[in-house]
Parts: sequence; structure tokens; C-alpha cells
Amino acid sequence: MTELTYREALNAAMVQEMDRDETVFLMGEEVAEYDGAYKVSRGMLERYGARRVVDAPISELGFAGLCVGAAMAGLRPICEFMTFNFSILALDQVINNAAKMLYMTNGQINVPIVFRGPGGAALQLSAQHSQACETYYVHAPGVKLVTPATPADAKGLLAAAIRDDDPVAVMEGELLYNVKGQVPDGEYVIPLGVAERKRSGEDVSIITHGKMVHVALQAADRLSREGVEADVLDLRSIRPLDVDAILATVARTNRAVYVEEGWPFVGVGAQIVSLIQEEAFDHLDSPVIRVAQADVPMPYAKNLEQLAKPSVTGIIEACKRALYLPSGAA
Amino acid sequence: MAPTKSKGKAKAAATKGPGLGTAPDGSTTHPGEAEAGVLPHPRRRSIRNDDGIGGFSRGRLHALLREMLLYRRFEEKAEEAYAIGKIGGFCHIHIGQEGLAAGAIKPLREDDLVITAYREHTQAIAKGIAPRAVMAELYGRTDGCSGGRGGSMHLFDTSVGFMGGHGIVGGQIPLGAGLAWAIKYRGGDQICVCFMGDAAVNQGAFLESLNMSAIWQLPVVYVVENNGYGMGTSFPRVSLTKMEDRSGAYGIPAHTVDGQDVLATFEFFARLADDVRNGAGPQFVNAVTYRFRGHSMSDPVSGTYRSKAEVERQTRERDPIVILRDRLMEAGLLDQEELEAMDSNVRAICDDATDFADASPLPAPSTLYDHVYAVTNDSGRLFFDGRDRRAAAPRSRPSESGPFGA
Amino acid sequence: MATRVHMEALSPTMEEGQVVRWLKNEGDPVAREEILAEIETDKATMELVARGEGVLRKILVGDGGVAPVGDVIAVIAAPDEDIEGLIQTAAPADSPSSPDEPTAASSTEKSSSPDASASSAVPGRTKVSPVARRLARDLSVDLHGISGTGPGGRIVKRDIEREAARLPAVPANTEAPPDAPSPQAPPVPGEDFVDVPLSQMRKTVARRLTESLGPVPHFFLTVEADMRRAMEARARINNVLDGSGKVSVNDLVVRAAAAALIRHPDCNAWWQDGFIRRFNRVHMGVAVAVPGGLITPVVRDAQSKGLARIGAEVRELAVRAREKKLQPHEYTGSTFSISNLGMFGIDEFTAVINPPEAGILAVGTIRERPVAREGQLVLCPTMRLTLSCDHRVIDGAQGARFLATLKAFLEEPAAILI
Repeated sequence: MTELTYREALNAAMVQEMDRDETVFLMGEEVAEYDGAYKVSRGMLERYGARRVVDAPISELGFAGLCVGAAMAGLRPICEFMTFNFSILALDQVINNAAKMLYMTNGQINVPIVFRGPGGAALQLSAQHSQACETYYVHAPGVKLVTPATPADAKGLLAAAIRDDDPVAVMEGELLYNVKGQVPDGEYVIPLGVAERKRSGEDVSIITHGKMVHVALQAADRLSREGVEADVLDLRSIRPLDVDAILATVARTNRAVYVEEGWPFVGVGAQIVSLIQEEAFDHLDSPVIRVAQADVPMPYAKNLEQLAKPSVTGIIEACKRALYLPSGAA
Repeated sequence: MAPTKSKGKAKAAATKGPGLGTAPDGSTTHPGEAEAGVLPHPRRRSIRNDDGIGGFSRGRLHALLREMLLYRRFEEKAEEAYAIGKIGGFCHIHIGQEGLAAGAIKPLREDDLVITAYREHTQAIAKGIAPRAVMAELYGRTDGCSGGRGGSMHLFDTSVGFMGGHGIVGGQIPLGAGLAWAIKYRGGDQICVCFMGDAAVNQGAFLESLNMSAIWQLPVVYVVENNGYGMGTSFPRVSLTKMEDRSGAYGIPAHTVDGQDVLATFEFFARLADDVRNGAGPQFVNAVTYRFRGHSMSDPVSGTYRSKAEVERQTRERDPIVILRDRLMEAGLLDQEELEAMDSNVRAICDDATDFADASPLPAPSTLYDHVYAVTNDSGRLFFDGRDRRAAAPRSRPSESGPFGA
Repeated sequence: MATRVHMEALSPTMEEGQVVRWLKNEGDPVAREEILAEIETDKATMELVARGEGVLRKILVGDGGVAPVGDVIAVIAAPDEDIEGLIQTAAPADSPSSPDEPTAASSTEKSSSPDASASSAVPGRTKVSPVARRLARDLSVDLHGISGTGPGGRIVKRDIEREAARLPAVPANTEAPPDAPSPQAPPVPGEDFVDVPLSQMRKTVARRLTESLGPVPHFFLTVEADMRRAMEARARINNVLDGSGKVSVNDLVVRAAAAALIRHPDCNAWWQDGFIRRFNRVHMGVAVAVPGGLITPVVRDAQSKGLARIGAEVRELAVRAREKKLQPHEYTGSTFSISNLGMFGIDEFTAVINPPEAGILAVGTIRERPVAREGQLVLCPTMRLTLSCDHRVIDGAQGARFLATLKAFLEEPAAILI
């Protein structure tokens, strides 16, 4: 094990896979000479040359589509979006081409591509640069999605995404790049579709993914001081989704709270709630509660931004509602 | 079989549905066809010439004519099948543009790649998909080249390098760049030909793709099938610049070719393919053509956006099949009997294709869930429609017989 | 929207409650979750909180009044809201007496089968959380008698757990209390006597003792343990402890009995309707005398707790028991009980089993007694332990083996460590 930052772990995963597989290449804005807008690809141009580490023009639709086309021909592109906000320009290529290609070709052409980059809110970047894009990617069948929360998960999940034969979006946390953690040395791959319990408790389940794992853990610690022990489940992978783990934690605590950075309407949490009510109905002691971003575009002003984001106190309040406990900050 | 001229005509007239070149019996349903049938007046016969025209041997010329005739008859059968409900959805007929399918695709190698939009039945056949497999796809049957999952707009066969069949205007252009990128990445000497309609050049995807192709000097040829209208909008109404000026800003050479002249088109593309194969970089071709039919089967042939007279004049004067036929006959390279034999041969192929499609089973209901993902991961659920995941999605095996092999 | 204030089941075994005093007067504004009244249950004095907001418009059961669980005892509503209808329909258990006759409403609730939905006292649909509904089905708990503590009266998991703990188990305290071993006997008429009204606790003790001695076939086994080594061990341990909490003889007995029960789980069991439940953990009920009765707080997982911790817990629970501050989970769920009257100088006695437990250990005082050793009579501190067994669960030999182990542990406390 070595202590790495989240960004170093992502870099390690790409290096691990590019060393291993000649068909893997990295394309995106500023990934080569600039070393990456967030320095995730630092040193990779030097290591692999301009053939495999490619600076793209600012043409999200274009280079995403080019990467899809390259994947149709059997290469394994890592298509980096400077942030997933900009990938909305490319969604035609993601949804109409990458996601549907295998199906409409009757299995002839698969698209082994990775779309990666930071997603979710940052700090005071305002409406167009602070949003969670998970729903756009997993709504259509055909795309997979992982959201690593820790450096170790970043390495293992990105590696798995690169090896997967389907389109996989890897949504990283813009505010997680400097987070440090122990990362296994050598070849490390975490299978897609396996959630991880990040904290154990019997009273209420906090189910979440991505950056919100850290917020949920803070909330759980505060709840613990009040005698409430939360089970914190990090989904890690949204599609495939570890439904067994979700049902198990709900069966264990009878109460669930979903925390996500995205907006509530038809968000990831809405899907989880649907699953729980359908498949764990008899285990529920209270309605499943979602904590999401306020249903507004992200404001700029610091105080408004804080109000809009899912917060530790918001999670605590939600847990208390689920437990029929009187509200009041921990 | 050596039918007499009159027998040939009678046979043609007797076939079911609209038949081009059956003017005398008045059975045509499309404007302009009465004057421009592909079967000539029986009195026109020439001395036999075995030498050919220009660089084209007699055999090559016959093959090109026969190919275009096959496309024409195939599309007529598709229209007929659509009219009686055998084919559903959108169906875009290529009649009038056959010269381009034959002239741009036939010069390519089998391992070259073609990607195109949704008016692609004849291009698919040109690249090597059997008419049976194309028709079965239009019918939505299991023997279709996309297993009945794609339909008219999504024909695929990687084994012959036909990469679809794409339904979003301009959406295939970055894919074409990507296919070319993969060729270059692997150091191959294939090329990619990426077709689009004239309306697609106003999509951002076009501009972005041309730019990237230029900076990376990709082995790709962008071919605009410029039939003058994006659905019902004529090109000058949506572009102040001329088509041939569209690529210069990106440093990509532009070429204009008459798509109705299959020989010129063929020669041009044979040379261009060689150039690109030898590193000339991306190319842009404005192939001028004309659509003799409506935008799709649900649209009128003429109407508010173009006059009946215009369509009739184009059909009469600019039919690529008629143009080649006349040249061959005048050069003594084709006689009426050969033409009629050729026609009955391709008609038989098309009849066989529809019979085959009709007999092909509908896809099994159990296949609904196949091929959504290439890999069903060992853990986690991929599908959320309530099906048991264990029963879902056998592992897809992406084709390993494609242009790049395993 | 008016809110009925019900007499709530504030302890698992409570069937009726007495209003000690109202903390709000009629006309006072009331907020949700605010404390309305103090209610004496059969175990403790509990707080009744408001489940709605508005004004306390009407008190139907005054200070000192008794009402069965589920009865409306007050109404909260908006100041100008018409509540006459609510008052009319409320079962008027108005006077502060006549507690022994449950109202028709409450007896219907208590006796109705799980499927009898028509008799619900709650107007409209009974709201039950899914897991509570499932749990109720699994545990055969009738939803109708339960007042939900969730929003809008929703019956939630904790309500069922509380009810389930009450129904089959009811681990109340039934050992012979020092002051009143004859619950059924009326006070002997005489020239000097006083009639004492039955408190809620007294009534429960009476009912439970009767229930036990009636249906439970008791038998009793007694051993005498040589306590020399135990006394030495206790002295040594207390030397080590810094005076903050001394270990008592009773703590030693609790520890030894827990260890013995782990080896003899057939004595650590509940008689259930149709089956015997043997436990792998020992939740030891320890009888504590409190003013007006007794209660049996539970030392959970006694088998895995050290002497100092057992001692501290028992002392802490006893203090709060005397203050009537125990929470329901602190006096329910025991798997075996111990009653110790040694401090009263009792040599030996028999205790009454606390159903559904199958055994209770009655512990007498340690006394120097003549003991024959190697042909000679010597004086030796001994203690007599009497095990009451439910013969449906425990046979004589099983009980004897448990007692033999317990005796061995007390005579050589180091053996517990093995």
C-alpha cells in the first residue's frame, strides 16, 4: 500500500492499463502538454508520446464521437472531459451512439470506451460548472457508471472501467482530487457493481455515492454522538448497481436515507427509493428519505451555495426523520 | 434465357408493382419515369464492342450497370413492401442516387470502412451485404443484417466493413473520424468513407470532425450526397457558402463530382482512395446528385419545396442508370437483350430477397434483452425493468470477424 | 385539526395508567412534542407528550384519574374549533377511581384477533409501517390495541417490539417481596388497620404472581455452597479496585450464575406457546425492592461482563429503579432471574418464577455453619441457593446439574475463568 492522492490514483490506473494494453489511449482537452487541467494525466505524454496521449480541440461532441468511433473499431479510448458539465455537449454521442451501438448492431459492435472527468459541485463555480450529471448517463441502458469516493476506489474502479467491454462513465469528484488514502500497489482492479459498507451501524442506512460518501460519514459520526449508529453504504457503481447490498442494509436497519449531489427529480436516489419500496417493502419502518441538491441551479454566492448543497445537518435531519426522532442539530 | 424485346417488355410490365421503363403500358406511378425508363426503346441497338470505355472494361461496365439496376429494383421492392405494410417506421429511398452508391463504394477494398446516414440500403448492398439480409432487416426479421433490431436506418455488417446506418443527422461524422483514427493508430492502410446528406454539414459534429481530421491527418473521405434538399429545405436557404467551400476553412481539400455519372464518380473515387491510402489526409467530396423520391416514404415526391416539373426534368435527364445505359449502347457495349437479361436477373434477386425476408422469422421474444451490454458483470444489477437479471442478457460476443479481426 | 390525547402504553405491560398530574391546564397553548402530563404506569412515572399542536381544550381525565390504554383523556385543538363531537365520542373514564374495570373499548382491543379489523378504536385506517406490520404478523401481535408513536399515530417497529416484549414475555418481577407474600389475602379485619388502595404496580405484582403460581408447575432444588474462597476472592478484588465500586456477594452470584447458565442453556430458557426458546446469551434479571413494590432490571449479556461492570450496572439500575426512572428496555427481556434476600438475614427461600423464564435463583444469607470435613465438624461460611424450576422446561436432573456447576464456581471462583 502507498499513500496517494485521488488524482495520483487515477493516474496510476491509467498507467497500469496503458502499460498493459496497447489499444488504450487517452484523449481530451489539455491532457497532454498541459499535464491535464486537473493534473490527472501528469507525465503521461512523456511516458507514452503524442500518439497515445492526445490533446483534443475544444470540441466535446467531436472528440467524444471520435473516441466512440475508435472504440467501434476495437480501440479502448479514455475520453477525458475537463468536467462532466461540458460533456453535455457530447451527450448525443454518449446516448445515441455509445449506449445503443451494441443493441442496434445486434451484438456486432461493442464500444469499450471510458468517459471520465470530474463531476458534481465544486466551490463557487456557479450554475454551469457545478452540477452532477449521473442521471444523464445512466438513464439510457447501455452505459455503465462508477463514482469512486476514495483514492483506492479511484484506482480500482478506473482500471475496471478501462477493461470493461462496454461504455463506462467514471465520474470523479472535483473536490476529491487532493484527498489522500492508502492505495494498493501493483495491479489493482475493483469489479464493477460491488458496493462497499464504509461504516457499520444498526439504526439507519445512509446510502450514497461519490463525494457524498465523505459528507455522509461526517453526518454518521455526529449522529453517533447522539446514540444513533448509521450504516453507510457507498454504492461505488451506479450501473451495475449492487442491489443486494442495498436490500441488505435496509433489512438491517429498516430505515434508509439516500444522499446525492444531483437534483432530486428522477435522480439516482429516485431509482434507489423505487427499488427499496419494491423489493424491501416489508423491511421499511419509515419512508425512504432523499437528501439531494436543492432543486435550483447552483448559485454563486457562498451562503446560497451552502444552502443548495446536501449538508451534514441535512443528512442528520433526514436520518432523524427516518428514525421518528425529534429534529435538532447534533 | 434470351427473351425477345417484346417479351422482355411484357415481362417487365407484368411484374407486380411499379416498374421503371414500362412507360408504354402506363403502369408507372412516379413522375418522370414514363420518359426515363431504364430499359431503352427496343429499336436502339448497337454494334458489339468488347473494348470498353476509357479504363473500364466491358465486364466492369456491365457490372456497374447491373449493380445500379439491382439498387433500383431493390428500392422499388422496398417501396412496394412498405406500401403493403411489410416494412414499418421511417424508410428513406435512394432512387436517383444509385450512381453514388456504386461509384463511391465499388472502388473500395473490402477492408475499407463505410459509415453513413439513414438513406443507406443501396450503400449497404454496394459494400457487400446481401440483398436478402438488407431486405430482411427492413422487414424486421431475424435474418436481417442487424437481426431485426436496427431496421431501415441501422444496417450493419462489420464483416464487410459496413459500419452503419445512423439515424441522427451528422451523428455518424465523428464516428467516421474515429474509425479513421483507429486505422491510423494501428498503422493500417485502410481508409474510411463517411457519407452524409447535404443538410448534415450544418451540424457542429461536421465542423468538429473536419477540424480534428485535419489536425491529425486522418485517412477519411467525407462524401456529401448533395441531392439539393435537406428534407424539404434547399441547401442555399440554409447556407450562404457553397458546398465546395465548406472544408477549406479546416484545410481539407474539396472536390466536386457528378454523382449521376457513375463512371466519373468511380474513377474519381478510385484515385482518391489511393491518394488517401498513401497519406493524402482527409478529403471532402461534394457529390452532386438528385433524389427522385420524397424524403421518406411518408413524404410526397414533390410539393411545397420543389416543383413536379423539376423532379420530372431531373428524372428524365439525370437518371444515373439511363445515362450509363445510353453510353454503353451508343458505344456498342450493351444490347437490349443483355439489358433485359440483366434486369430480369436483378429482379429475381429482389424477388428472392422479399421472399426470403417474408419467410424469415421475427426475432424471438426472448432476444429482447440481448446485446444491451457486451459484458454482464458478475456483480450488481444492470437492468431495472423488473426482469430477473440471471435470465437476462447472455454475454454478447462482439464480432471478431470485423475489419480488424480478433 | 383536533388531536385526541390518548392514554398511551408507556410501558410494555401497561394496560391502564393513572394521571399523576397535568402539566398543562385547559386553555394553555401546546406545541407538538411538549410534555402534557405525568402518567404513572405499572412500572414508573412517565411523561406523556403532545402529538399535535394547538390549545389544550379539554381534560377528560383529571389529576389522579385512571384510564385504560387507548382512551381519550384530553383534546388538543385550535382555540375556536368545535370539539364537542370529539368529547362525546371519547369514552369517559372521567372519575379518578374505578380502575379495575377495563372499558369495553379497551377489552375489545386487547382480545381481538390480529385479523379483526372492525374493532379498531382509531378512526379510519390504522397506519402501520411495513416492517411493523410484518413483525406484528411474525410475532402474532394484534395491531389494534397499539397506539402508534410514529407521525399521525403510525405504528412503527418500536411499538411492535414494545408490544411483543409485553405479550409473550412480560418479564416482570415476582419473587417473594419482603413485605407482602400473600397477594390475594384481604387485609385481616381488626381494630387497627388501614385499607391501602392498590397502586398500578401493586396490581401488576398481584396479577403476575397469580399467573405464575397458577399455570407454572414449580419445583425447587437447594444446595449449600462453601463460600470461603468466594469471600477471599471478593476481598482481594475489592483491594484491587480503587474504592470507586466494590464488588458485592450478589455480583459474584450473578457472574457465577451467568457462567453456569452458558454451560446449561436448558435452564436459560423461555417457555413459549408451543416451543421452548433456549438462549445463548444471559440477560440476568436482578430483583430490586423499591418503595411500594419491586422491579427486575436486566443486566444484558451478563455472561460476557466482568464483575466490576456487573456491580456497577446493578447499582446504577437499582438507583434509577428506586427513582422510577427505568426505561422499558431496561427491565424487559431477561432470560433468567436472581432474587437475593441475604441482606435481610434470610437463610433460604423459594422464589416465584417470572414467566416466561424457566428458572429463578433464590439466594440466602452467608452464615457460619457447622460443616463436616474429614470427620470433624468445622465452622465455615456457607450460602444456600434455591433454584425454582418450571417443570415444563427444566427437569430435575437438568436443574441439579446447573446448581452443581454454580456451586463449583462459587467454591472455586477461579473456575469461572476456565
